[in-house]
Amino acid sequence: MALPSESITINLGPQHPSTHGVFRIRVTLDGEVIQDIEPIFGYLHRGTEKLAEERTYTQIVTLTDRLDYTSSMINNQAYVMATEKLAGLEVPERGQYLRVLTAELQRVASHLMGIGFFLQDLGAFGTPLMYCFRERERILDLFEMICGARVTVSYMRPGGVNQEPPPEFWPDLRDLLLDLPNYIGELERLITENEIVVARTKGVGVLPRKLAIDSSISGPNLRASGVPWDLRKADPYDIYSRMDFDIPVGSNGDSYDRFLVRVMEIHQSLRIVEQCVQQIPDGPVRADVPYFFRPPAGDAYAHVEASKGELGFYLVSDGSIAPYRCKIRAPSFINLTALTEMLLGWKVADLMVIFGSLDVNMGEVDR
Amino acid sequence: MPYGFGIAKGMLVTLRNLARKPVTVQYPEQRVEQHPRFRGEDFVWYEERCTGCASCAKYCPQGIIKIVTTPSGEQTQEGEKYKLETFDIEIARCMFCGLCVEACPYDALHMGTGFERARPRQSDLVITIEELKASAKRPSTWFRPQLQNKKYDPATGEEVSWQDVGRESTVAPTYDEMRKRWVDGR
Amino acid sequence: MESNTLFSNLNEIYLGLLPESLSWAAFLGTGFTIILILVNALLMLTAFGTYMERRVLGRFQTRLGPNRVGPFGLLQPLADLLKLIIKEDLRPVTADRLTFFLAPVLMVTSMLVVVAVVPFGNGSFLADLNIGVLYLVGIPTIATVSIFLGGWGSGNRFALLGAARAVAMLISYEVPMIVSLAGVLILAGSMSLVEVVEAQRLPFILLQPLAFFVFIVSASAEMNRSPFDLMEAESELTAGFHTEFSGMRFGLVQLAEFGEVVITSAILSTLFLRGWENPFIPSDWQQVLPAQIWFIGKVLFFMFIFTWIRATLPRMRIDQVMAFAWKVLFPLALINMFVTAALVVVWPDPNPTYTQLWVMVGVNWTVAIGCLACFTRGLERHGKKPTASVQLVQMPAEVS
Repeated sequence: MALPSESITINLGPQHPSTHGVFRIRVTLDGEVIQDIEPIFGYLHRGTEKLAEERTYTQIVTLTDRLDYTSSMINNQAYVMATEKLAGLEVPERGQYLRVLTAELQRVASHLMGIGFFLQDLGAFGTPLMYCFRERERILDLFEMICGARVTVSYMRPGGVNQEPPPEFWPDLRDLLLDLPNYIGELERLITENEIVVARTKGVGVLPRKLAIDSSISGPNLRASGVPWDLRKADPYDIYSRMDFDIPVGSNGDSYDRFLVRVMEIHQSLRIVEQCVQQIPDGPVRADVPYFFRPPAGDAYAHVEASKGELGFYLVSDGSIAPYRCKIRAPSFINLTALTEMLLGWKVADLMVIFGSLDVNMGEVDR
Repeated sequence: MPYGFGIAKGMLVTLRNLARKPVTVQYPEQRVEQHPRFRGEDFVWYEERCTGCASCAKYCPQGIIKIVTTPSGEQTQEGEKYKLETFDIEIARCMFCGLCVEACPYDALHMGTGFERARPRQSDLVITIEELKASAKRPSTWFRPQLQNKKYDPATGEEVSWQDVGRESTVAPTYDEMRKRWVDGR
Repeated sequence: MESNTLFSNLNEIYLGLLPESLSWAAFLGTGFTIILILVNALLMLTAFGTYMERRVLGRFQTRLGPNRVGPFGLLQPLADLLKLIIKEDLRPVTADRLTFFLAPVLMVTSMLVVVAVVPFGNGSFLADLNIGVLYLVGIPTIATVSIFLGGWGSGNRFALLGAARAVAMLISYEVPMIVSLAGVLILAGSMSLVEVVEAQRLPFILLQPLAFFVFIVSASAEMNRSPFDLMEAESELTAGFHTEFSGMRFGLVQLAEFGEVVITSAILSTLFLRGWENPFIPSDWQQVLPAQIWFIGKVLFFMFIFTWIRATLPRMRIDQVMAFAWKVLFPLALINMFVTAALVVVWPDPNPTYTQLWVMVGVNWTVAIGCLACFTRGLERHGKKPTASVQLVQMPAEVS
């Protein structure tokens, strides 16, 4: 005779060391097995889309920094591409190369942070986190050199980038490109064959291929489930069509694959940066665009491959200096669609592992 | 590969890192080195160059610059320079994006270098015009290519006078240059 | 049987001070003095150990540890202690008074009591029980029970769940721990710790690699240390048995936990690394350093090993932890016991020659590596190898 057991509902509150921001999950447990979850977010909502309706196109760049605050350059890139599509602006080549260079460096920094916090959630007492952040500091120092700020960069403008990098940027970048693959290799040796990491992440939180495509998941999560889809190859923007790089694609769709796809993407991003440094031409970095420029009435959608997935900006203009509507397609928000299916049936200890492997950023989810 | 070797390799990596020099910077005795282009909090303002045009206030995304001017009665031949009564920058809401610095057509406002402007009261978080007039003139090289070309470093360099900080040349343009710019370029 | 020279020397001093009729007082005084030395040394080593662990963990992570409080941060344990003492000591209304009070007290007591048998020098110990090893494995079981007392007495449903899981883990890990010690006992021929040290012509770490490995892993689990520290993980919802403890009550639990690290290091160095003697040269030769220095050095070495493991490894899930104990460690300990017993049957002389010892070393290490290979094969078939599941795909860019 089966004993009657009741399920208990626990609140994994907004303040929690492992939830990557202010995210609240109400978990219904039967013993230790998760039966149902209810994600509650919105704690970081700042009204970005409404604020964008009251700021000029150049001022909105400062708002986009703060969406996914771990990858500000890529947010900037997506937005300024949308404004250029709206206004029909041509970006000079050097500006495009600088955009791709900084965007790929930012992708490396964002993945390092994602990997570090994933391992921190697994319980490796902060050591891989410190190693990842030590390398991320070098990239942030480069950003400080190029635009004066480390995290909220506001580097790109409609028509190009803001300023030319200083002359001391290029030797430091070259040093970074020489050192970083070794450090990433060291990180791989620390983690990817560690039996405990493998035992805790392999086969855990499997995202089947069909569910991933049906839920509009994008980015490394989609590629780990076996779908070779990358916007830099499928719909190239800026000068990605001239870059030679590969796409890591997983086969199982479990947490281990998601984690490993990010590690391998770092290597590919460094390849792209290397090619940018070799190929970059001289010239102006920004098209001559007035500050209060008025694009013609209409709408435009531009999307980029952000570090978390497909980031898209849909801008509607009515001919004035501020957009009529700015809609942001945030990848982390859409990636959370399949969270319930991924978590059902797993234990509480796996909840943090699966959530950490999705690499969600609450700044994007809540905007 | 035998079981347990992954863990062994990981432990060797950790042991190697034991021998590395720590990367900690002992604040407040030491400080992290900032690049001259750092967008700091201590704004640098040159009263001699400012005309009170309030472009900085217009460009600011947050709208935190408050400028109140009165006609000064000076330089009426050249088009009158405003007298600034109030020039408040509210640090509490400023995000140090630098758009105001980008806006200034006269190179009168520049970003500074510090990051230690925290105060106990929110009412103290405003930079008034007296503070701007009295502060040390060490502008950051952000969006100021003329300062960068001079390899100026606000942390170690001397204060920059208002005559040297602008992007215009100190030599008057020749007739041909003026003609090329204003007549032929149209 | 080594005589307790420390005890006899101190007894003589006290007898010289006191009149003849109070010789029982001299006996008591000697005992208390040695207890004072031991308990103080243990507590000081625990406090210093927490500081050392934080500094060493920091250096593993290429950062400095705490270095603000006092010169080189040496007063950091004092600062932690003061902070815990001045905190408010909360007691939930639903908590059972007696068990809530007793739980941390029992943990600390059981930890302190173990140090009575550990010999820290040549003839320096409090008591040389001839069932020393049994005492060593029996007393920490009180700590296990007190964890459950703490969890139940807190009156918190989640504390009880956490405590129940902790006790299940601790009980499962006691079995391999004890069975691995059987190999050591067979070789030493006696349970007295002093005899075990003297019987180590070659340190037992060479003669019993499997027992060493099983013991060090089981002891890590017994102490709730990484990679088995799932009780303290913030990613576990059940925050463990010490959820409701605050202030000095929590401080006592932390003291007990780190004290167990020190005790286990002491036990490891006694049982496997020849205690107070120089592990590299035979015992009749001139020891280079005093015995106490060797002992402290070995204890610090093992504390460093535990910190190193903590810095590197992530934590395991509870079901993996239990599976590891029963499916991996227990068979290994049994194999070790049988191999040792077989070797002792072949050479029953209680004082084997060095040749025989080195042959034993060879046999034991071969068996250890053989077991490793077998387990690797078994786990490969289980399918949890890090196979190359992520491939690089070369895609051409679609130029539109």
